[in-house]
Formats: sequence, C-alpha cells, structure tokens
Amino acid sequence: MQNNQAKSTEQVSKQVKTGTTKLVFTVIAMFGFGFALVPLYDVFCDITGLNGKTATEATTYKADHIDKSRLITVQFISRTAQGAAWQFKPEMNSIQVHPGEMKFVKFYAKNESGQHAIGQAIPSVSPGIAANYFQKIECFCFNQQPLKASEDVWMPLQFYVDPELPEDINELTLSYTLFDVTASKDS
Amino acid sequence: MTTATDTIADVHDHGDDHHDHKMTGIKRWILTTNHKDIGTLYLWFSFIMLLTGGAMAMVIRAELFQPGLQIVEPDFFNQMTTVHGLIMVFGAIMPAFTGLANWMLPMMIGAPDMALPRLNNWSFWILPFAFGILLSSLFMEGGGPNFGWTFYAPLSTTYSNGSTAFFVFAVHIMGISSIMGAINIVVTIMNLRAPGMTYMKMPLFVWTFFITAYLLIAVMPVLAGTVTMVLTDTYFGTSFFDAAGGGDPVMFQHIFWFFGHPEVYIMILPAFGIVSTTIPAFTRKKLFGYSSMVYATSSIAFLSFIVWAHHMFTTGMPLAGELFFMYCTMLIAVPTGVKVFNWVATMWQGSMTFETPMLFSIAFVILFTIGGFSGLMLAMTPVDFQYHDTYFVVAHFHYVLVTGSLFSIYAAAYYWLPKWTGNMYSEKLGKFHFWCSLISVNILFFPMHFLGLAGMPRRIPDYALQFADFNKWVSIGGFLFGLSQLIFLYVVIKCIKSGEKAPAKPWDGAEGLEWTVPSPAPYHTFSTPPKVD
Ligand code: HEM
Ligand SMILES: [Cu+2]
Repeated sequence: MQNNQAKSTEQVSKQVKTGTTKLVFTVIAMFGFGFALVPLYDVFCDITGLNGKTATEATTYKADHIDKSRLITVQFISRTAQGAAWQFKPEMNSIQVHPGEMKFVKFYAKNESGQHAIGQAIPSVSPGIAANYFQKIECFCFNQQPLKASEDVWMPLQFYVDPELPEDINELTLSYTLFDVTASKDS
Repeated sequence: MTTATDTIADVHDHGDDHHDHKMTGIKRWILTTNHKDIGTLYLWFSFIMLLTGGAMAMVIRAELFQPGLQIVEPDFFNQMTTVHGLIMVFGAIMPAFTGLANWMLPMMIGAPDMALPRLNNWSFWILPFAFGILLSSLFMEGGGPNFGWTFYAPLSTTYSNGSTAFFVFAVHIMGISSIMGAINIVVTIMNLRAPGMTYMKMPLFVWTFFITAYLLIAVMPVLAGTVTMVLTDTYFGTSFFDAAGGGDPVMFQHIFWFFGHPEVYIMILPAFGIVSTTIPAFTRKKLFGYSSMVYATSSIAFLSFIVWAHHMFTTGMPLAGELFFMYCTMLIAVPTGVKVFNWVATMWQGSMTFETPMLFSIAFVILFTIGGFSGLMLAMTPVDFQYHDTYFVVAHFHYVLVTGSLFSIYAAAYYWLPKWTGNMYSEKLGKFHFWCSLISVNILFFPMHFLGLAGMPRRIPDYALQFADFNKWVSIGGFLFGLSQLIFLYVVIKCIKSGEKAPAKPWDGAEGLEWTVPSPAPYHTFSTPPKVD
C-alpha cells in the first residue's frame, strides 16, 4: 500500500493520466462486452436449449429406438405477428407420439393481405428445456414462404421427439409465430 | 491548449483557477473547475430533479386516489411512471451522490481538488441537456417514453410511441456523465490522498464511493450498449430483441438486468458510506468493525454481478437457474447484515445525541432493513411468482431507495450544511422536516406491501374496488411526503440567508479532515496536503 509521500506534481499528473487511460479502455471494453453478450447468449442457449429455440436447420433421424412405454402429447399453437394479414393454423391441435417415432403434420397458410407477401414462421418450444429434444427433419420454418394475394398452401413439418427427453416431461408445446417479412426482403 | 483531460496540475499551473480570484456571476458556474462549485451544482440540480420527479409521482397518486380513470389518460399515466422512475434514478439519487463526492472526497483525503477538474465540469454540464431532452419528449406528438424505466423490448422497440430516440439519447448522455464522474473519483482517490493516508485509513465514505465508481465504470457501458441495441432495433432494422429476425426479447431482460442490479447497489453503497460517517459522529464512538465494513462493501459489489436474474424468475428459466439466482441473491443478505450489525454495534453504549442528521441515519438503518427484508422475500423464487410485478415490489424498492438512499442523502446534507454554507441550519425546522417525512413516508409506502400481497399489479392506472381504501391512504401519504420535502428547501434557504455562524467543527464527535478547515470551507482547501498519521 503506497502513499504519495513527496510526489511531485508532474508525477501525480502522469499517474492520473495513465490511470484515466486505463479506465477509458475499461469503459470501451465493457461497452463491447454488452454486445458480446448477444452471441454469448445465443451460444449458451444453443447448448442448453434454455430459451425454447429449436434448431434452424434440418437434422436427420438419429434415434436408436422407439420408446413404446412413453406417450408424449405435442400441442401445436399458431399465431400471426402484428401486421401479418395471413391465415395460419395447424391441421390438428395436438398429436400423441412415442419418443423416437416420426410424425408428419401440415400447417395451412393463406395470404389475405391482398398483395404479394413473404412469411416467415418462428418456432418456440415450451418447456424451454425440451427444445433440444424436439428434432425436426423437415420444417417450413427453415425457409421463407412467399405467397401471392389470396394464394394458400399446406406447409410440412416432420419431426420426432428424442427418446432422451427427461422423464418428467410428457407434454410439450410447439408454438409458431408467423411474421410478414415482405418489407425487409424487398428493400 | 486546454482539454477535458487536463489534470489538476495542468489546471492549477496555468493559473486559470487562481487563488484569490474566482469568476463572478453566471460565468463562474458555467466555467468552473472547482470541486466545491461543481458539487453545489450537482446538489441543486438533483434537488430540482427530485421535485420534478416528485411532481410526476403526485400525478400518479392523484390518479390512483380512487378506482376508475379520473384525471389522466392511461397512456399519459404510463409516461408518468416511466419518467418518474428515470428522473429519480438518474436525475435525483445518482447526481446527489456525485455532488456529495465532489464536495467531500477531496476534503476528506486532503486533496486540493478532483484529479480531472475540467472533465468534472463537463460531467455536470451535459446533465441538464440529457434531462432537457427527456422532459421535452413529454410535450411532443405521441408523448414521452411510456414503457417503464426498464424499457423492456418489444415495448420500447416494436410498440414504441416514437419517443425511443429521445429516450436513448438522453440515457446516453446521462451514462457518459456518470462514467466521467466515476473515472474522476477513481483517479482522485488513487492518486491524490494526503501523505500517510493508506487505503485502510481512508474514511469509509471514501471507500464506498471508490467501489461505487468501479461499479459505474463496469455497468454504465453495458446500459449504453443496451439502449443502442434498442435504438437500432427500432429504427435501423436490426433484430437483437426481435424474434422475427432471430433475436430474443428475453435476452433484453438479461442484458438490462446485468446493468440493472449493480445499478441498485450504485444507489445504496454511497448511502452506506454516509451513515457510517454520521452514526459514529453522533455516537461519539469509532465506527465498529471498519475493515469488515470495507470487505462487506466489496463483496456486495462483487455479488451484485451474479444475481441479475432475480428480476426474471417468471420468464421461464430452468429450475437450476432459478435456484442459482435465488441462493446468490440471499447470499447478499450476509454482508448487508454485517453492515447493519456494525451500525447498531456502533450505537451500542455510545453517548448518542439526536440532531437531524442522526435522526435520518437511524431511520435509515431501520427502514432500509425493512426494505432488505422484503427483498429477501422477493428473492425466494416460489413466492416471487406471486409478488412479481405487484405493489409489493414497489414497496420494496421504495423502502430501499427513499427511506434508504434519499434519507441518507438528507442525513449527509444536514451533516455538512454547516461546512458548505458556514451557517447552522435551524435544528427545529430540520427535525420538523424529519418527522413529517418519516410519518408520511410510512403512510405512503407501508400499505403498498399489503396491496401487493393482495394482488394489485404495478404500473396500472386503475384497480379493483377492494384496493380502494389502502390506495387512498397511500395517496394521502404521498401528498404529505411531497409537501414535506418543501420544508427542506426552506431550511436550506434559511440556513444560507440567515443561519447562525457555524464553527469549524459544529459536531462534537465528528472526525475527518474536512472539519480541520474553517466553515464555510474556503474556495481552495489543502493546496498543500495535510499530514495524516
Ligand atoms: C437485501 C438485499 C436485496 C434483495 C435480496 C433484493 C431483491 C430483489 C428482488 C428479488 C427483486 C425483484 C422483484 C420482482 O420484480 O419480482 C427486487 C427488485 C428491485 N430492487 Fe431489490 N433487493 C435488495 C436490495 C435492494 C436495494 C439496496 C435496492 C436499491 C437501492 C433495490 C432496488 C430494487 C429495485 C429498484 C427493484 C425493482 C426493479 C423494477 O422491476 O423496476 N433492492 N429486489
Ligand atoms: Cu436486483
């Protein structure tokens, strides 16, 4: 613990300047850290699946068995985001699956905005922890969906639930929000 | 050439701050680099902001006096809660502490001024512009910010009423001001202590500001980053917090509270420093457990970085996360308990007198502890599901911030008024201010606990009939508390104008270098450093 016994003004002045410089760099580093939290958060959630986000790319079927002893209810929820004038609904509200069993479900979409539009569906699984066990072989959410005015389409989803799904989960909800991304695509 | 980073040596060598001449009139205040002038500016500014934010609280309480919508539109009500919060946090409490730091730190460590006097001038003078921008947005088409002081996305992005840009720029400026102030405090304490004053000999007041300044340097840039992301999400098509573009609104809360929780300690650690100064003075004893106080303050500062998600228990975190944040939060109660214990132990068998600063300090210890207890209740994950976003939370943070931070600031103001003005305030009026505040503040905030437990949500302009009685009391308490603060204004003006002359050391038990200089403190003190042993 030093004290400034008999330090000259020049010395003090110099120390103040180096101290200030260090602190300014700390400030810049912490500003950067704030932004670094964004990718860190994504990586963290990707590994742990904590925020209910599912993979954004298709996987292949990897389960080694079908667990007939368990029956999982998968609920489907669909909604449109503010400003998306689309009809959007699943063909059924829920489905029962054995872990490891492949299922195929269709979602209906119709563009009711009166003009050409591009839609993008964003999935979310709850409870969040189940997201990493919900495997999609094929999903309309991997791509954007352009539709002409009044055009409609049945969109595919093919999935299975990983047999490793924690024991205490026997119901999970897959919710899709459909966004109108025409504006950001056109510009 | 002069620049903002001129150090104290440059400023004094170049003679633009000469001993026997200070500029006169308005120029003195605009161009000043004197720590006492700047401290005074900060203190007056924060008091004006206290009254401004207080006026908004009066609008809120008037609307909530009865159920139903009577006085203001819901949207305007939301603007009032938002701007009230922002002004009190960034305009009243934080600048008041910076003002105290400016006035007292150099005198307490035996330094002639802050280390970066010109930067100091800038730190203060950009503040009025920040609040000018924020307040002006209230009068614009679409109105001011209405998304809460926590500006959660997407309320502040997708659903913004157009005030986001003004809000963001105002927060940027406030942030820059705090960061500059904090840098100044750190380099001053590190380099300008009088010979012989080792770190462990510094008054605790100095320690708490030292640690707070580090907290500010660590988290204000994160706040700046957050508002920048909100800005680009709103106006430039990025999607940090927008699910449509691959972002995540919950991430907003993580980043915000990573700043937000240390921020609440930024507003309480200096208060700890103040009462650790005043209680020994009026007890005529040394502070009990000085070094444990230093370590407790440091561990609180450290822990404050790993508890942020206790504000987010209901966002659907996994169990492991909830438990982690619950236990870490509860851990903070340990060093906090050490502090409360030390204050009480200091008073134990002391020869106490009850001048106004002491009254505010004792009230601080008791009422801050109540706020700490409600904090502990909120820290329990399972019950927070019931309490979250109700008036119970409002009661909690007003106990720690009003009867905690604000009361400590009053204690400090009464304690050092004689040193600042050279005159004694009227003890009778000071006590009147204290008792009016103490009674009304409890009528104001205590029933909020019950309202919260009964389920009244916060930030809503209307409520169910069964909450009517308590709300009436709360509003009455609010009006009384608001009025009581005008007494303080009167006390201060009277003290400046016609108070009795104060001696250099008006308090029997007061210790510290600031009492070795005359009252009022001369414009320049400790041009040659005192010797500390
Ligand atoms: C014993 C220490 C403390 C504990 C355990 C604690 C705990 C908590 C918890 C769990 C919440 C979240 C409640 C909810 O939203 O459901 C909360 C909110 C809050 N606390 Fe504390 N707290 C403590 C001390 C403090 C102090 C010292 C301050 C400031 C001086 C403070 C200011 C706040 C504020 C402003 C909020 C509300 C933020 C908002 O949502 O607007 N707390 N506290
Ligand atoms: Cu907190």
